[in-house]
Formats: sequence, structure tokens, C-alpha cells
Amino acid sequence: MKAVRRYGLRLERKRFLVRAWRKFRTLEEIVNRTDAIRDGDVLCFCTLRNEKIRLKYFLEYYRDRGVRHFLFVDNDSGDGTREHLTEQPDCSVWWTEDSYKRSRFGMDWMNRLLWLYGSRHWCLTVDPDEFLVYPFSDTRPLPALTDWLDASSIKSFGAMLLDMYPKGPITAQPYREGQNPFDIACWFDSGNYSVTRNWDYGNLWIQGGPRARAFFPDTPERAPALNKTPLVNWRKNYAYASSTHMLLPRGLNHVYDEWGGEKASGVLLHAKFLDTFTAKAAEELKRREHYAASAEYKAYAEILRENPDFWTKWSEKYINWRQLEILGLMSKGNWA
Amino acid sequence: MSTLGFVMMCHTALDRAAEVARHWAERDCPVVVHLDKRVETAKSDWLRRELGDLDNVRFCKRHRCEWGTWSLVRASQTASEMMLESFPGVRHVYLASGSCLPLRPVDELRAYLAARPMTDFIESVTIRDVDWTVDGLNTERFQLRFPFSWKRHRFLFDRYVELQRAIGFRRKVPEGVLPHLGSQWWCLSRQTLSAILHDPMRKEFDRYFKRVWIPDESYYQTLVRNYSRKIESRSLTLSKFDFQGKPHVFYDDHLHLLRRSDCFVARKIWPKADRLYRTFLSDQDANTRLAEPTPGKIDRVFAKALERRTRGRPGLYMQSRFPNNDWENGKTAAQYSVFQGFNDLFLDFEPWLSRRLGTPVHGKLFDRKRVRFAGDADTYAGCLSAAPLLRDYNPERFLTNLIWNTRGERQVFMFGPQDNQRPGAFMASDSNAQISVITGAWAVRLFTANRNFGDIRTEAARLQRHEVDFVNTLRDVRSRAEIRIWSLAEFLEEPMENLQRILDAIEGAQASRLTEAPKMANLGGLPTFLQNLKNQGMNPFAVGDFPQEGVAPLPTAAASRPYLVR
Repeated sequence: MKAVRRYGLRLERKRFLVRAWRKFRTLEEIVNRTDAIRDGDVLCFCTLRNEKIRLKYFLEYYRDRGVRHFLFVDNDSGDGTREHLTEQPDCSVWWTEDSYKRSRFGMDWMNRLLWLYGSRHWCLTVDPDEFLVYPFSDTRPLPALTDWLDASSIKSFGAMLLDMYPKGPITAQPYREGQNPFDIACWFDSGNYSVTRNWDYGNLWIQGGPRARAFFPDTPERAPALNKTPLVNWRKNYAYASSTHMLLPRGLNHVYDEWGGEKASGVLLHAKFLDTFTAKAAEELKRREHYAASAEYKAYAEILRENPDFWTKWSEKYINWRQLEILGLMSKGNWA
Repeated sequence: MSTLGFVMMCHTALDRAAEVARHWAERDCPVVVHLDKRVETAKSDWLRRELGDLDNVRFCKRHRCEWGTWSLVRASQTASEMMLESFPGVRHVYLASGSCLPLRPVDELRAYLAARPMTDFIESVTIRDVDWTVDGLNTERFQLRFPFSWKRHRFLFDRYVELQRAIGFRRKVPEGVLPHLGSQWWCLSRQTLSAILHDPMRKEFDRYFKRVWIPDESYYQTLVRNYSRKIESRSLTLSKFDFQGKPHVFYDDHLHLLRRSDCFVARKIWPKADRLYRTFLSDQDANTRLAEPTPGKIDRVFAKALERRTRGRPGLYMQSRFPNNDWENGKTAAQYSVFQGFNDLFLDFEPWLSRRLGTPVHGKLFDRKRVRFAGDADTYAGCLSAAPLLRDYNPERFLTNLIWNTRGERQVFMFGPQDNQRPGAFMASDSNAQISVITGAWAVRLFTANRNFGDIRTEAARLQRHEVDFVNTLRDVRSRAEIRIWSLAEFLEEPMENLQRILDAIEGAQASRLTEAPKMANLGGLPTFLQNLKNQGMNPFAVGDFPQEGVAPLPTAAASRPYLVR
């Protein structure tokens, strides 16, 4: 890589950090319990809007796996999300009415919070509908993974987004608060992912799955990216460049092996396709606060009118991480 | 009488170290603790208080320890000296770390050692025969000098090694030192250990080993050869290393594996593995059985992990395995067959082949209009979509995905010059591909097509150009697929024999010979058609030397001549 380009990326990273500082000034601190954070705690960072119904299970899921503190940015929720979070003893909450789009889809806020509180911690940056599955996640908590990553001198951990969907129309089984979303959306596509390399940032570019199949069969290049690096041992000079798909400095994106071996990786189970999705898609389409002029949501809205069924006879039913490993969606690498 | 003493090297997770030390001390095994000098005073004071009530636990002089350096040997020397002096009854000294965990009752270990009173358990392997290390510094550890820390000053470390190599520097190995390597966790008898520590040459040896790389893996392992009467070259501590030379860690879910291993002590245990500590530090039913440790099963688990990390699963492309070109260890997951031209020449080739092989046979997977999966399905294994644009977005990945998704079932599909040609090069370079081509077979389809001759002529030229490109790719020196190429005319000389040869090469296909032949298209008039193409200025050379007077009749099923089975 040319020195000029390298320097360009450095400037870009600095710009993200300045931007994060600028955009964060409009945020109002609702409750800040970050004093409770101790050395070595795994932290969770999340931006959300009107997701109260999901929160109960979300918090439970990550607490069980050893996340010690949650830092939320509430983007103008009107459904009691903020009140609910404020009551939680392990949550800190910021609030804003600002534009999601103009804060780079929440990443400016996240970058700032990570800069302020994430440094020297393992930080998990996820959406409220993303649930991390990692090798041995049924028997070992997250700190076991992060300790091992530390001992292996690994700074970032990749986890591909895996879209989960129910069998039958997505509105057929309504989601109840506190319910495991994967009781309903328990199916996934096991092997239709396209992987290419992004030489600029050094990350892999993964597309495919049910969204590409159902919404973008004729414009596959516009299908959403599924590669993510949600778990990072954060330092003050790091910045998320584009959602959690790409990070700077580039080395953090190198979560894959190029010489035939497999590095350890996880999967983010994506509980997007529940009955809540139709309402969400309609609202997001109206707000136009999403990526690429909400092109994704435009595509959704059209097909969602027909209440689609993603299920095919080749869909796999989710069992556990070992199944995902056997299918080649994730790997234990040399963690045993 | 306490005949077994433990030397414990501690630097982190002191609460767990204290638990283990207490476990041993309370069972009448004296413990000498070496605490890294870098541990804060508050923590070390806590440890002293915690173990203060036990009179057979001692703390030795503290050294500042750093991985890979002499300081670790120095620490173990100090602690061992203290052990030998303070506890004269000790017959065996066991070197353990703060993250070790006893897996079997101490009585069993004591009985085991009592039955072998003069044996030293220390892994000691000569470097001449076995490559021990992963980092490449094998004999050089003993011949170069290593004044810089590998962990903190990697750059200087590497440069200094390079410099010494460049100028051909070699240290002189002292008399009486025959370099051996092995796990740093040992259990030595009093006689051997004291002989090493009280050797008149010790000063000289120490001076030498101070500049050896990772001396804790070679100091005792080398010197023990000078004194021991009986060496069992294995460690009683179960300790596995990964490809980076870093120890594997045991977690709660390893409980059964550890139990069945019959090893005495395991390292290293994750400090928060509550269940392991609770289980193994409780008083187990000590049934003084003298079972030999059998770490084989655990070895296999970790060997698999190593293999997965270094070689991975062939044919898998995913978020954490994306090999560079030619580093795939197999471009695809399994063998597959590609047929070009056969479905032009034979009318019912796919159903016939499917019956013959007993597996689904795809049509043209790379057809421009649609992915022709077997049974003309909209989706296939792994939810691969039949949408052509989705496939053409990344056709190589489409192919590798299909092969990966259907592991255990051989994939067979048609290919043709009409199709997306991009995966051609990939298939040619893949040793799992079996590619059979009849060049010029596209002429058969064109010949029966109801189209204007002008269009046909243009189309024939286009197809021939694609096919020539593909055949050239296949004939490239770099191609690794199993390749068979005939021109149409050559193939027709003995069609059944040629088909049989392809099928014979398909592993697992029934060895029986062909009884039912696929139905061939009617070729009457084809020579005239070809001549017409030529007359129009388009030379269909890919078809081969087609006899002007027509083809010999195809053998029918009943009259098929006996095929010689080798």
C-alpha cells in the first residue's frame, strides 16, 4: 500500500474522531453509571430507537454471557425505551433527537462513547437485534474468549451477521417482550454467501443470505454487507469507519487468515425479521434516516407488502454454535 | 512424612494459586512459593496472609520474571534450594505454576512417585533429532546471544539475531553441556536436583544459560542428563501448546476430558473456571490406583485445533478463512464433474447420467438465463438461489459454496460456451474438478435450431471463440483439473468407450459397464450443415475432421459391443 494512501487513511481516522467529538456535543446525558466499570470488564455499546420490546431479552442475553456494563444512545425513542434503560443498574444512557443519518448512522456517537469509556476494555458494539454467538458460547462466558484473545495478542474478533427468519410469513408469529426471538426466527441460510476482499480497508466484504435472495436478486451489489467486527479491545486511536463493518486502523479488519488456516470467529444472529419489522420498515422509509437513501428499506417495503416467506426447504434450523461451525459460518480456530 | 514438595511459580490469579497451595499444604506436601517481583505489594501481602496459617508453606526470595528469560530459571533455583534445605524429608520436588491444578488426589501422586523413587520426570529431547519449537530458533537458541526481550523489544531482538547470523557468530557451548529441550514443568528427585544445584561447574553453566533463548525449557532439561540415573522423558504436568507456543487453557467444559486423562496436574487453568477448581480441589475418592497418565485424548483435541488454525477446512471460504490464491489446500471441498458438449450431443444426457450415477445431475449451472439446478429448483443446498445475476456477482464463490454445501454428494453439472465463462479458469486450476469436453458439440444444437442461417453463423463463431478460450485455459500448464478433451468427430469414433472412461474415473460410481446408452441426437445432415458454415466463411474447426459422407451408426443398447472391463 502506497504511503500516500496510508496517510489518507490516517487522516480519515482522525476525521472520524473529530467528527465523533463534534456530533456528541448534542447528546444529553440521562444517567451515567460508568464509575462502576472495573478493569477488565467487557462493555456493550448500542444505539437504538423504539426497541423497548427487545430490551428485556437483549440485556438478559448479554448479562448471562458476562457483559458488565451497557452504554446506550437513545435516538429519540417514544416507547419507554429510555425509561426502561434508566432503571437498569448496569446501564448508562445518553439521549438525542439528532439525525441518525447525519451522525453516520449512529457511528459518530458510538465512536465518541468508545473513546470516552471503552479504552483498554473489550468492547462489543451491536444493535439491539444482534446476538453474538462465539465458539463455546454455551459453556464459556465472554471474558473467557477475551482473555484468550488477549493471550493470543488478537485485538479484534469478527462475527458475521446471520439473518434469521421464521417459517411462514413474518407477521404470523408475534414477538412478546422477553421472549427469545430465535424461538420464532430460528431459520437461516447456511451457504449462499459471497466473500470478496476490500483491499482498501483490508476487510472481507460478505453479502448474501435471505436478504440478497429475496430483496436483491437483480442488484446483488446493493445487498447489505454482513461482515462485522463487533468485539474489539479498544484503544483511543481506534474508530469505526462504516457501521461495525470496517475499522481503522486497517489492521483491526484483518480477522481472517490468508494462508489456508482458520482464525476464530463468531456469528451475530440477526433477529430483524420478526413481526416488528413491517412497522419498523414503514417508519424508517418515512424517516429516510438509513444508508444509501434507505434503498434497503425501499426494497423491503415493496416486498413486505406481500408479507414474504424467506423459508425454503434448504433453510437450516438453528441449534447451537457447533452447528454453525460445522456449516462453516464460524470457526473455533485454535481455541479448544 | 512429607516426601513430595511443590515449588510454585506465581504471578497472576493469586487467589487461585492460594487455593491450590492450600490444597497441597493441607495434604502434607510442603510448598515453596515464588512470587514474581512485579506483583504489587498489596497483592503479595494478601497472599502471605492468606497462607499464613500453614507452616509448611514458604515464600522464597522474589525475582523479577519475564517470559523467555533467565529470570525464570533463577526463580526456580532459589525456590528449589529453599525446598531442599527447609524440608529434608522431601524426596521429589515438583515444579508447578500458579495456574496449575491437581487432577488426581495427592496420595495417588505420592504413591506413584514412591514406586519410582529414583526416577526423574522431565521431558528432555535432544535438539538434533526433533524440531521442538515453532518459532524456528532451534539450535540457534544455544548458539546465539539474546540480550533483548522478545516481548518488549521485538525489533531489536530480531535485528540482533539477523546480525549474528550474518556475521556467523557462534557461542561456545561449555564442556559437559549437550543441549536438550523439553517442557519446563518437571518433577525431579532430591539427588538429581541437588546435584544440579550444587554442581562445582554451576557458575559456568549459569553464565552460559543466561544468554540462551528460553532457558527454562533447556536448563534443567540439559543438565539432568549429567546426573540422573533414570530419566522418564515426559512431564507429569499436562500442558499443551498451540502453534504460537502459548499454552492452551482449560475451561469448565474440559472437566470430563481432564478427568479421563489420568494426568496428575494440568496447566493452564482459566482462573474463572469455578467448576474445575471446585471439582478437583475437593477431596476426591483417593483410591490409590496407579493408573498411568494418558493424555492421548486431550492431545487429539488440541492437535485438531492446531490443524484447524493452520490448514483449515479445504474448500471453505468464509469470514475468518479467505486464503490467497494457491494457499487453499484444495480450492473446493470435494470432487465434482463438469461436462461440456455432452448435453448437445445426447438428447437425454442429464437424466441418463443421473440414473447411471445415482445422484442428482445439474443442467447448466452457469446458464445466462437461470441457474439450472437439478430438478430445475429455485433454490438449492445452502439456499443458493437460481437467480443468474446473484450467481454472476461472484461465480467462483457460487461454485465453491455449492460444493461445500453438498459435501458427501458428488456434484455433476453441464457447462457450455453459451454460459458465463468466468468460472472456467477457476475450475481448470482446481484439482477436484473432472472436466470432459467435446469441442464443437454446440454445432449439433445449432444445426437443429430454427433460426436464420446468418444468425446461426454469427452464433457459431461466438461459441467457437468461447470454447477455444476455455480449451486453451484447460491446456495451460497451470491447470490441475482432470481433463479430457475430444473434438466432436473424435468422440463419435467410439462414444460409449469414451463415456465409460469418464465414468470409470468418477470415484464411487458403480463399476459395472454401460448397458443403457444415452440417446444421441440425429446427426444426419450435420456434415452438410458444417460445409455450409464453411462456405459462408466460418470454419468450425472445433468439430474436428468430420467425414463428409456421414457418421457411423451409433451402437444401440441391445447391440452394444462388449466393453472390456480391466
